[in-house]
Amino acid sequence: MSETQEPRNGDGTDAPGSDGGGLPAPRAQGPEVIGVRKGMFGAGNGGDTSGYGGLVRTVALPGASARPYGSYFDEVADELEGALEEQDLVPENAIEKTVVDRGELTFHIAREHLLRVARTLRDDPALRFELCTGVSGVHFPGDKGRELHAVYHLRSLTHGRILRLEVSVPDADPHVPSLVSVYPTNDWHERETYDFFGLVFDGHPALTRIMMPDDWQGFPQRKDYPLGGIPVEYKGAQIPAPDQRRSYS
Amino acid sequence: MSPISNDADHSSARETTEGTVYTVTGGDWDEIVQSAAKADDERIVVNMGPQHPSTHGVLRLILEIDGETVTEARCGIGYLHTGIEKNLEFRNWTQGTTFVTRMDYLTPFFNETAYCLGVEKLLGITDQIPDRATVIRVLLMELNRLSSHLVCIATGGMELGATTIMIYGFRDRELILDVFELITGLRMNHAFIRPGGLAQDLPPGAVDQLREFVKTMKKNLPEYDKLATGNPIFKARMQDVGYLDLSGCMALGATGPILRSAGLPHDLRKSDPYCGYETYEFDVPTTETCDSYGRFLIRLEEMRQSLRIVEQCLERLEPGPVMVADKKIAWPAQLAMGPDGLGNSLDHIRNIMGTSMEALIHHFKLVTEGFRVPAGQAYAAVESPKGELGVHVVSDGGTRPYRVHFRDPSFTNLQAMAAMCEGGQVADVIVAVASIDPVMGGVDR
Repeated sequence: MSETQEPRNGDGTDAPGSDGGGLPAPRAQGPEVIGVRKGMFGAGNGGDTSGYGGLVRTVALPGASARPYGSYFDEVADELEGALEEQDLVPENAIEKTVVDRGELTFHIAREHLLRVARTLRDDPALRFELCTGVSGVHFPGDKGRELHAVYHLRSLTHGRILRLEVSVPDADPHVPSLVSVYPTNDWHERETYDFFGLVFDGHPALTRIMMPDDWQGFPQRKDYPLGGIPVEYKGAQIPAPDQRRSYS
Repeated sequence: MSPISNDADHSSARETTEGTVYTVTGGDWDEIVQSAAKADDERIVVNMGPQHPSTHGVLRLILEIDGETVTEARCGIGYLHTGIEKNLEFRNWTQGTTFVTRMDYLTPFFNETAYCLGVEKLLGITDQIPDRATVIRVLLMELNRLSSHLVCIATGGMELGATTIMIYGFRDRELILDVFELITGLRMNHAFIRPGGLAQDLPPGAVDQLREFVKTMKKNLPEYDKLATGNPIFKARMQDVGYLDLSGCMALGATGPILRSAGLPHDLRKSDPYCGYETYEFDVPTTETCDSYGRFLIRLEEMRQSLRIVEQCLERLEPGPVMVADKKIAWPAQLAMGPDGLGNSLDHIRNIMGTSMEALIHHFKLVTEGFRVPAGQAYAAVESPKGELGVHVVSDGGTRPYRVHFRDPSFTNLQAMAAMCEGGQVADVIVAVASIDPVMGGVDR
């Protein structure tokens, strides 16, 4: 379990807020805190009869890993760092952190270097990640200054490998460079992520809505966007809409 | 908007800023041709769909045509968007299978398996899934591959006017759906594969019916060969249509039969095995033709290979559990047929209600609250009949998915439509789209 009992001090919790400007908040060392969970049964109102109401737990995603990463991950990381150095790019500037979790390799990339990293991963003979399986957005409202994450999975058919790139940007400045020039397959995927999360992919040939109607307001898969729905009657009782039901935290 | 000719049963035309817009209702082609001949603009934009019998559901094709030649082709999608990914975030992890099975409704078992593999990776129980559950998953997926390819070939044939293939395809698919109904209780939308294993074991008689099915299918499969493979009209319509070579496939991220028709034997069951596929014997067929005909041949051969895997699964079925031993994850209910269809076994209810307070609490907690999944993210991919079906699952440590994203192969492959159709004939658009085999439930989710 990556949950810890006590909130960490200075680990992203006191990062500059979204009104502090367009730059992503500095990277925290250790687990990435994305929120705080209170209580046990999700009931925020009424008296606490369970005794669990005072429970406070920090929700944190797995933090940076130290070498050796294991499997083919070290080789991929070495090759990528070497290839970036050849292009006069300091690897530490591009790769903010490397996470190995559950047998999967994730590079957290600074957005200004995403295009270069992706091109290197695709073209370098020792890397050859030819196939991008698109982009998936994730919204972490609790990850202050890095609310919106864009996650890419790259597959190398040549070497039979897979890795993940993750770029996180603040809600105040939701711009990510488009990868369409490197992986044309990302065309529709980036439109979808824009449609649902409001992530703006700079350089995309035609960034328009793809699933929702063209004149739709808001970005439906953000966490603050309600699911909607109507109460349903079942055997005489009213069952509230799914997003109004009690959730277990 | 001022109607200039308005006959309720026939075509109508109105002037817009974009030019004259005709609404076609069928049987009124002469009027359209006459009106269009009068216009001084040569460029015609045709909206095909979203309600059109040959666009595979609610796909809208926007074709700019010059005579019979398509000069520009675009897709309009989103007509079947149901917000499944958003809905998942408001249900517990087990209930998620009920939603994902409805995405690409022709490949429910692939959606369920991919989702469950992702959740199991997050839970760290991938190694603990019982063998019997994994074998049944493979068995169901391969049967599902057969039924999906049968629909593709059947509807593809129908769109060419080859209705016999359609009848044959749906006849054989019905046999598979009967098996699904026997095993899961439903023909589609099963929610049978659950995180940790399966909802329940195979019912009595399932193996016998499966053996019977394999026998029938072995007799029926060669009929497609005899009927279509060498048929000169069929070949004339399919060959060199919907051309997409290897570099085009790689750039556009096309996987599945489209990629294999360009000669690359990429199949996740071989290159990144899951569910023990490395232990089964089967071949990955390819062709070098890059066209619709090649994709048809590949689907035919893949059906034969799937049948091979089904036979191997039947040999491997050993008695045993179909759910992980971990009682914190395994659904405690003993499902049995009640008066309202599927329900809890009365014996089980009597046991937990009458004898064990702890069992009752445990049952109640797991069913209403669900289990917690440690925070993190995982990606699981399976080779669906259409290509790489990838699932990105994110957990924040709660009882509900934080985010689930499906990389549906139909969605990605459909992008190739423009590359396949531009410069070709209008009639070939139908063939090319049919060879992509898009299912809008998966595209729009």
